[in-house]
Amino acid sequence: MAKIKIDGREIDVAPEASLLQACEAAGAEVPRFCFHERLSVAGNCRMCLVEVKGGPPKPQASCAMSVKDLRPGPNGEPPEVFTTTPMVKRAREGVMEFLLINHPLDCPICDQGGECDLQDQSMAYGVDASRFSENKRAVEDKYIGPLVKTVMTRCIQCTRCVRFTAEVAGVGDLGLISRGEDVEITTYLETAMTSELQGNVVDLCPVGALTSLPYEFKARPWELTKTESIDVMDALGSNIRVDSRGREVLRILPRLNEDVNEEWISDKTRHVVDGLKVQRLDRPYVRTAGKLKPATWPEALGVVAARIKAAPKKTAILVGDFATAEELFAIKTLATNLGIADVDARADGSVIDPAWGAAAYRFNATVAGIESADALLIVGSDPRLEAPVLNARIRKRWRKGGFPIGVIGDEADLTYAYNYLGAGPDSLARLASGENGFLEVLKGAKRPLILVGNAVTTRPDGAAILGTVAKLAVDVGAVGPDWNGFSVLHTAASRVAALDLGVVPGEGGRSTAAILAAAEKGEIDTLILFGADEIDTSRLGSTFVVYVGTHGDKGASVASVILPGAAYTEKSGTFVNTEGRVQVADRAVFPVGDAREDWAILRALSALVGATLPFDSLTELRAALHAAHPTFAGVDETAPGRHEDVVALAGLAGAADHAAFVSPIGDFYLTNPMTRASKVLARCSQLRSSRLAAAAE
Amino acid sequence: MLHDKDRIFTNLYGFRDKSLKGAQARGLWDGTKAIIDQGRDWIIDQMKASGLRGRGGAGFPTGLKWSFMPKVNDGRPHYLVVNADESEPGTCKDREILRNDPHHLVEGCFLASFAMGANVAYIYVRGEFIREREALQRAIDEAYEARLIGKDNIHGYPFDLYVHHGAGAYICGEETALLESLEGKKGQPRLKPPFPANVGLWGCPTTVNNVESIAAAPTILRRGGAWFAGLGRANNTGTKLFCVSGHVNKPATFEEEMGVPFRELIDKHCGGIRGGWDNLLAVIPGGSSVPVVPAADIVDAPMDFDGLRTVGSSLGTAAVIVMDKSTDIVRAIARLSAFYKHESCGQCTPCREGTGWMWRVMERLVEGRAEKAEIDMLFQVTKQIEGHTICALGDAAAWPIQGLIKHFRPVIEARIDAYKASGARAAAE
Repeated sequence: MAKIKIDGREIDVAPEASLLQACEAAGAEVPRFCFHERLSVAGNCRMCLVEVKGGPPKPQASCAMSVKDLRPGPNGEPPEVFTTTPMVKRAREGVMEFLLINHPLDCPICDQGGECDLQDQSMAYGVDASRFSENKRAVEDKYIGPLVKTVMTRCIQCTRCVRFTAEVAGVGDLGLISRGEDVEITTYLETAMTSELQGNVVDLCPVGALTSLPYEFKARPWELTKTESIDVMDALGSNIRVDSRGREVLRILPRLNEDVNEEWISDKTRHVVDGLKVQRLDRPYVRTAGKLKPATWPEALGVVAARIKAAPKKTAILVGDFATAEELFAIKTLATNLGIADVDARADGSVIDPAWGAAAYRFNATVAGIESADALLIVGSDPRLEAPVLNARIRKRWRKGGFPIGVIGDEADLTYAYNYLGAGPDSLARLASGENGFLEVLKGAKRPLILVGNAVTTRPDGAAILGTVAKLAVDVGAVGPDWNGFSVLHTAASRVAALDLGVVPGEGGRSTAAILAAAEKGEIDTLILFGADEIDTSRLGSTFVVYVGTHGDKGASVASVILPGAAYTEKSGTFVNTEGRVQVADRAVFPVGDAREDWAILRALSALVGATLPFDSLTELRAALHAAHPTFAGVDETAPGRHEDVVALAGLAGAADHAAFVSPIGDFYLTNPMTRASKVLARCSQLRSSRLAAAAE
Repeated sequence: MLHDKDRIFTNLYGFRDKSLKGAQARGLWDGTKAIIDQGRDWIIDQMKASGLRGRGGAGFPTGLKWSFMPKVNDGRPHYLVVNADESEPGTCKDREILRNDPHHLVEGCFLASFAMGANVAYIYVRGEFIREREALQRAIDEAYEARLIGKDNIHGYPFDLYVHHGAGAYICGEETALLESLEGKKGQPRLKPPFPANVGLWGCPTTVNNVESIAAAPTILRRGGAWFAGLGRANNTGTKLFCVSGHVNKPATFEEEMGVPFRELIDKHCGGIRGGWDNLLAVIPGGSSVPVVPAADIVDAPMDFDGLRTVGSSLGTAAVIVMDKSTDIVRAIARLSAFYKHESCGQCTPCREGTGWMWRVMERLVEGRAEKAEIDMLFQVTKQIEGHTICALGDAAAWPIQGLIKHFRPVIEARIDAYKASGARAAAE
């Protein structure tokens, strides 16, 4: 630790800390535009100037100078920094004046208004009138994609967006062209940005140059109700803030959580908003004479209850990707009470068996743990598409160096360099036998990370492959009490909770694939799709399908009865992310129309089938869940799994098919009913496919 | 007054043989092996003893700069980078060395690299210097051919020398922007610290020197630091290439002893001021970025670092721009403002926004289309830029205007009055 005096106050800070951080630690406020904790230091806005005693007779950029750069006084006194002297005040006012001379006075029509760094800081450091009597500079707006609106005259050239795309997102999309006062931020030839994280530049932009295009002119920040929630677009469980006004969700922003998403979210997370408003199931429907007709809740529930009561043993339940832990618990309880064995929450056909133990299906290394790993093997996963924010974390680690990465599976652009080791289980076997040298790399690493994706777990021979990977992990020393690098990356937000709660076929029950096969043969009377859309609905034949969900999508189109549920922004619920972190989402708005929160639908149905669930409110349900599964009470905590489970899993290693691993994410932007309802994401998807088509030519 | 025997650059005008043979006949590459046999420390000590101050403009002692390089190699290679991006308006000294006497530079690179433990040196040549680059490359090829440099040379110290051609941006003459450009990036100055001696080219210890500083080194080392220190005045030693342009009878680039009075410099080498000494208005003594000095202050000033500081300016690159009384001084400085506005890299706020602002106000002052209060405002704006930027370009843009306002305020005010009067006349008619 180094001693430093800030405005006369002596404090202890790490010698590597920047003066800006030291000033903050001492409670001195330092204004800044270009500096951002998660980006490299640019030092170009010159707003954070401070005075250094004994230094050159000019103010220093506090973001760019570290405490150890300062020399102590002649008698060993700690170096002194001042943030309130006339020199500093003059310097900051001067910089602020320069920033404002060419900045348009269009705050009243600027979407950044009310949450603008420039606006806020000009209140503190600006003067009331301008001395600049020349013409202001105007800059042409650029097209940089369907998500980010540009008003480039407002740009203050802080280059945060450039540094974000280059450093965090790992694409060279944005750049600063030209020189002097003619500099402009743009993409190459004004093409659309290609990153899955591009929406974050809107949050980073300290002014209104980059704003959210779908949110354009929608609302002012002070009108919005801000609700803390959890994202369900992937299994990472990014922390989000849902901004709503009245009954409408207007935008989704990231929330800071160092252990999960830092402060980034993917574009799918951010821009699913318009998908939450259209294609909604807002009242119950019952199919009569081949047509879905609106019905009342008692009618619809009555039909369903009658079907179930008639033949509970011939009823099956498939649960989709967005169910909360409370709902899963209710489903499990209801199924058990009714003796329904054909229950499966692994609608994508995953072979993971909860009996293997939590460590066998979790991201044991934890997301934050990626940064302490020193080698990585990716098997059957495209993290860039399956969890873009997690991929950014991998890239962050890779950028620090000393992080060899091997990939078995799709040879995709992951935004970092890797050794491509092959496409399928055979390559895995070759790696395990030490044929290509990467085995030695993993063995040599102290904390190797083995990332397994859905391309492995959803194969019929997934268990054998998972066993092989576990064996490899054990062999290279990745699995132990101090470090468990065996990490499964899921894509479904509900999956880990479902496995933890055991929402899988009961005694003699059938799994997803078998349920679909049985439905095809007509062996199932009633199939309840609880938000399960990502199945092959053409195989359901004449099965009586009950769809509980939010959007008129694949599941609803084949349903005989539709029970409208609540989207993730419309209910409070517990989610468990891929690393086993328990997180609670709050309700931002009410469900649309007659739609009800899903737990309430289950509760009502249970009463009608004569197996009333023992709770009358979400609070009671949650209490019951916590009583039965205490880990779910530990919000924002991860209960580490037993590493012995991975060792046991290695015992499943066996022969596998030769087919290559194929990522289950076909189109990143259109993976679920909510995203398929979104116009914004449809546009993104279209852009991407046309780009891929152009690249293929 | 410099004697011919003390001249370092003996073929500045290219009248003699430019080839390696010719250079060797004039004493270059003579006893180079003996010099490096004396060791690194001896070379640096001699450079320190010579009192040579960097010839690129800032005047930082060259020997001291060399001594900042790590003594012990930590595994990273060391680099010498020679700044041949001579773009300061008025300056035309390095190009003469590159064109006509390049072997001084080649040998200097070898010796300096040896002194700093560098096995590779880069010469970053200004984009517009096509012929200069060709001449330099020819000299390097000759030196390779004669095994004076190269991996396996007759001196027994492996050394490679590369020429890199810039793309023509003034800012790439700033040492860290030059390194960025050399690395293939956009030429924008880096934040300091870390300084290049610790983290320079490709993150390795690097020293960036001006062409003239490096080219002077072989002669200094051959004749001894004391010889060089014996020329000029204390703290301002040696000889210097002066480039005199503007309203003199015979503009020229020539080598002269430091500290020679301005009057002698002009009379002896340039045939006097156009129209006589009474016709002298002002002088910019060190390239466009130093403040202008009015005639009365400059005529007897010694032309060296300290001498010019006492008259409120600086020696800079010793590019002396002479202006007689036919000059519209406001317009001249406005032209410089346009230059700095055009060459600002746009990275940091005060320079990016301020240079354009200053230029626009200057353009109005040229016509007189302004209020007198704006002169003070302009002065304040220059103060808001000065010292607040990443590199010195902001200062360089601010100083000429400060010099103008300091010395020629009545001229500006008279012009504003004249403009107002003409407007009033037009209204009356």
